[in-house]
Amino acid sequence: MNENELRAKLIAAAKSNPPGDHAPYAFEKRVMNAIATRPVPDVWDLWAGPMWRAALSCVAVTVLCGVWSFAAHRQAPSDDNFSQDFEAMVFAPPGQQNGDAW
Amino acid sequence: MEPTEAELISAVLKGDAASFEPLVTKYQGRVFATARRYARRESEVEDIVQEVFIKAYQKLPSFRGDAPFEHWLMRMAVRTCYDFLRSHHRNRETAFTELTEPETDWLDRFVAEPESASEDADAARLLIEKVLSALSPPARLVITLLEIEERSVKEIAELTGWPVPVVKVRAFRARAEMRKILSRMAKEKYL
Repeated sequence: MNENELRAKLIAAAKSNPPGDHAPYAFEKRVMNAIATRPVPDVWDLWAGPMWRAALSCVAVTVLCGVWSFAAHRQAPSDDNFSQDFEAMVFAPPGQQNGDAW
Repeated sequence: MEPTEAELISAVLKGDAASFEPLVTKYQGRVFATARRYARRESEVEDIVQEVFIKAYQKLPSFRGDAPFEHWLMRMAVRTCYDFLRSHHRNRETAFTELTEPETDWLDRFVAEPESASEDADAARLLIEKVLSALSPPARLVITLLEIEERSVKEIAELTGWPVPVVKVRAFRARAEMRKILSRMAKEKYL
């Protein structure tokens, strides 16, 4: 079977049978009725819906970050000399290697 | 004297919804013909057409009047039809072994003597409908617009909102997809 020829024949069949353009009786009335009865989309609702979802996502991320931060803080070794180390690093002499400050 | 299209649109934008009705009456035929290319059942066609006009009514403030209203409406119609295809497409494998008797006869005639199989036959029309419904939504849309309605790539880009290179790529893939379906049909039927 020559598939290219078959394809051309079938496309020609579709071209020679264009769909009808008739509309059912009083279809325009149905459309106008649908327009009249369909609620007008409220811009505020369209805005508020995604905003609520975004807010919930933000809260979830914040809680996760809080939990992670809390857990990380508890696992880290407590450093009593943090303030002294911090001062030593900030006020380290200019030529001193960073590694020496810590 | 009847109001012009621009006057009707202006009236609708000012809040006179009834002025939209003459626009529906004027263009519903064209929208019906477009919708019938993509949906088989008449109830689906009516739903598509209704959806097109409701969208047109709601988006009328975005109509700038640069292009004719008809072009703007037909873009909306084609995009609504594409949405319909995407929402109704099941990755179903069309079994070509289940062809009807007239379709089988037409194919047999084509295999025996291609010239004797008329493209005006109802069987050919039903067969192409089956082949088109087996295509993916973008392939079906491109084949319909490019090959059946014989629109240019630029026109298709305007109607669908796809960039020209995307239309070209999709046309290439659509033809390949159609070849594959026809080849499967030939294998199922004659091998």
